[in-house]
Amino acid sequence: MDVIDKKIINYLQGGFPICESPYQVVANQLELTEAELIKRIENLLEVGILSRFGPLYHAEQMGGALTLAAVKVPEQQFDHIAEIINAFPEVAHNYERNHELNMWFVVATDLPGRLTEVIDEIQQKTGLKVYNMPKINEYFVGLKLEA
Amino acid sequence: MIDAIDWQLLARVQQGLPLVSRPYADIGKGLNLSENEVLKRVARLKQQGVIKRLGVVVNHRRLGYTANAMVVFDVAASLIEQIGEHVSQFSFVNLCYQRPAQGEQWPYNLYCMIHGKNKEKVLQQLEYLKQSCGLLQCKSEVLFSKQCFKQRGALYQMSPDQEKEKV
Repeated sequence: MDVIDKKIINYLQGGFPICESPYQVVANQLELTEAELIKRIENLLEVGILSRFGPLYHAEQMGGALTLAAVKVPEQQFDHIAEIINAFPEVAHNYERNHELNMWFVVATDLPGRLTEVIDEIQQKTGLKVYNMPKINEYFVGLKLEA
Repeated sequence: MIDAIDWQLLARVQQGLPLVSRPYADIGKGLNLSENEVLKRVARLKQQGVIKRLGVVVNHRRLGYTANAMVVFDVAASLIEQIGEHVSQFSFVNLCYQRPAQGEQWPYNLYCMIHGKNKEKVLQQLEYLKQSCGLLQCKSEVLFSKQCFKQRGALYQMSPDQEKEKV
């Protein structure tokens, strides 16, 4: 990753244009050619520095729901439980954290009622109590990580 | 508000925007929509808030952000609004939410994320945050992430199926 890649990442965290030639618009801003910009985005996705390029949806606005959940997993079962939980397409990400509640994941769905089903299914399949912590309020900050 | 064509469109781009010169025209091809129609719909869905953001998700670990702390506080209900607003003002706070406490075992109701490159620095920032927001006496915990199992976003169903139409 070089200075140009960093510029691209920082710029795209602020959004992407909705117009006929959006790559050209961004390329002009960054003083690149359109072809070079596209090639670099492709490469950043391929090596995994970018995990996604495109739209991020709002589960609630689609009629669905989103939550943060956690489970206390006995250490020897860790990989097994992670596998069960990650197999759900509704699980957006999953992290191990240094606490008794050691596995934290986000569940998101566009289907009404599906969220509770997923939580129930995870409880059944893992035999663990799922702590369900949907947001009550968001204090806006705008996540942006300087590359 | 979201019609059947919108759902097809949302499904088509959920894995990412095409990396070609005219991406919106490319999306339209598969859906029998003109480029202009796709642009109008995407702009509307963004304006409606169905598309929260158009851009990138970075793998923060790959950018060197390996000290990622989820900090949780047990804040009095009467103060949470004010404290949440205050906490979210700090540039090193990347996310800040109020969530329901889970009884005595997990009494925390205010959550914030600090993504950092260095654990000591994150802990210093947290100390500063606590002092500045009057949170020193507040029960709190810091949970650093150890490993990431999955980070690719949820896969939505995107089908205007019967369940959805009941809504």
